[in-house]
Amino acid sequence: MLSNNDGCIVALSSEAKKLGLKRGQPFFKHQEIIRTHSVQVYSSNYSLYQEMSARVMKVLGQFSPKIEIYSIDEAWLELADLAIDDLTEFGRTIKARVLQYTGIPVRVAIASTKCLSKIACELVKDDQQYGDVLDLTAFTSQQLDEALARVAIEDVWGVGPKYACFLRNYGIDTARDLRDADERWIRKYLTVVGARIQAELKGTACLPLEVKRPPRQQIICAKSFGREITGLADLEEAVSTYTARVAEKLREQDSLAGRLSVFLRTNAFDTDSEQYANEFTIDLPHPTAFTPALIRQALAGLRAIYREGYRYKKAGVALSKITPLPVVQTDLFGEVSLYEHYRQARLMAIVDAINRVFGRDTLVFAVQGIARDWRMRQSMLSQRFTTRWDEILTI
Amino acid sequence: MPDDQHVFARVPLLPVPVYAGFPSPGEDYTEPPLNVHDLVVAHPLSTYFIRVSGHSMRGACIHAGDVIAVDRALTASHRKIVVVRVGQNLLLKRVQVQQRKIFLHTDPPELPAIELKQQHDMEIWGVVTYCIQRVR
Repeated sequence: MLSNNDGCIVALSSEAKKLGLKRGQPFFKHQEIIRTHSVQVYSSNYSLYQEMSARVMKVLGQFSPKIEIYSIDEAWLELADLAIDDLTEFGRTIKARVLQYTGIPVRVAIASTKCLSKIACELVKDDQQYGDVLDLTAFTSQQLDEALARVAIEDVWGVGPKYACFLRNYGIDTARDLRDADERWIRKYLTVVGARIQAELKGTACLPLEVKRPPRQQIICAKSFGREITGLADLEEAVSTYTARVAEKLREQDSLAGRLSVFLRTNAFDTDSEQYANEFTIDLPHPTAFTPALIRQALAGLRAIYREGYRYKKAGVALSKITPLPVVQTDLFGEVSLYEHYRQARLMAIVDAINRVFGRDTLVFAVQGIARDWRMRQSMLSQRFTTRWDEILTI
Repeated sequence: MPDDQHVFARVPLLPVPVYAGFPSPGEDYTEPPLNVHDLVVAHPLSTYFIRVSGHSMRGACIHAGDVIAVDRALTASHRKIVVVRVGQNLLLKRVQVQQRKIFLHTDPPELPAIELKQQHDMEIWGVVTYCIQRVR
């Protein structure tokens, strides 16, 4: 499976791995292998993945009222309150039901803390004998010691590459070493973050489930184009489109943004062409979630960094200084009255509602363009089996 | 610029009509209208829609162009219409249990029946619960 724009390999089956293909490699470098072994190649079909992921998460939700959806393919369930006798059996039931309902194979790793369950996840992935379900709480302390000794410090959840490097210098090479290190030393050099990981490795839960996701502090939309862009007009369309998207996400979490950044760059892989990359950050006169106001600022930023004569491959828009909605400050010069603010909020609510009901991009701002032929390439897209009537499976 | 008292004149309208005369006596009994999805999809998490292309199941009144709802949460049994996976292909068949063996037939049974064996690369993919057919 390929990334946005069919650029890199982002996911692959074990058969494809055996041919020497690797995650992250540019797709075009492997045309030879792909042709001779008739490897099946697909563009990212996000509509399908999103819908199937939602199904899987809802099935998981049937097993526990407390669930944290961590990513498109990962979730935590709280089992402590459920008084389950045989956790392994429970895990097998979860796996079987997800497979039956969705056809998607999952792994279930059960432990007393988030950190340990991540480790259990790695163990269950690497060892066929578990059959995709592992209850780490059933391990004897000796088994647990052995298992933790096999986990490299870099692979411990929450330990970044910097900390891992630092720890290795002090002879802390594995999860077990970290667990058994001097607590005061860890707190001193790895702060409370390290102390929490250590406690989690010892079996004391310090990282509760985030059942309700905290609002994001930064919202980004950055995509490479389907072709290289030279003209300002196409860039304006793209930047407006990305701005409309981040503004929509901002309103989804009932927030306002106080700062906006625009960036663009040429194709770093194309070493023959001249390279250019730049970024422009604007502090907004007042926090807003009003798309036209954000687009105006984004385009001003774009024009400030645009240079003629380069072949641009990617642009992006980021919102930051995000505040929750109720804190509206009327600014000193009276540019936003409360009336104006309500009027804008209503207009955006209507636009969002129409796009939600009738599909994304039903209503767009004219500056976003119509043809938008710079949009990302998905030339090997599978069908959107579960979200489009004209693309459902035929047998 | 209008002053802030106008804010209240701009509050969204109620989504229901408000009667100037008598309030409707039915107002407290408003229910959402019927939705076909509720009828056809008992298990939203395990139900998939598939379009049928052939006529091999016309005996079950399933014709080319029809859309069937297939529920993977249900267990197949004798006489049920199912979608079977055989290798990479999905097929529409009727289940026939005979002397502890499971056979998969077309309806009418024109093609030779397939015996469902676990060791072969095949499985019941889902059970057909509804057929959505345009009446011509």
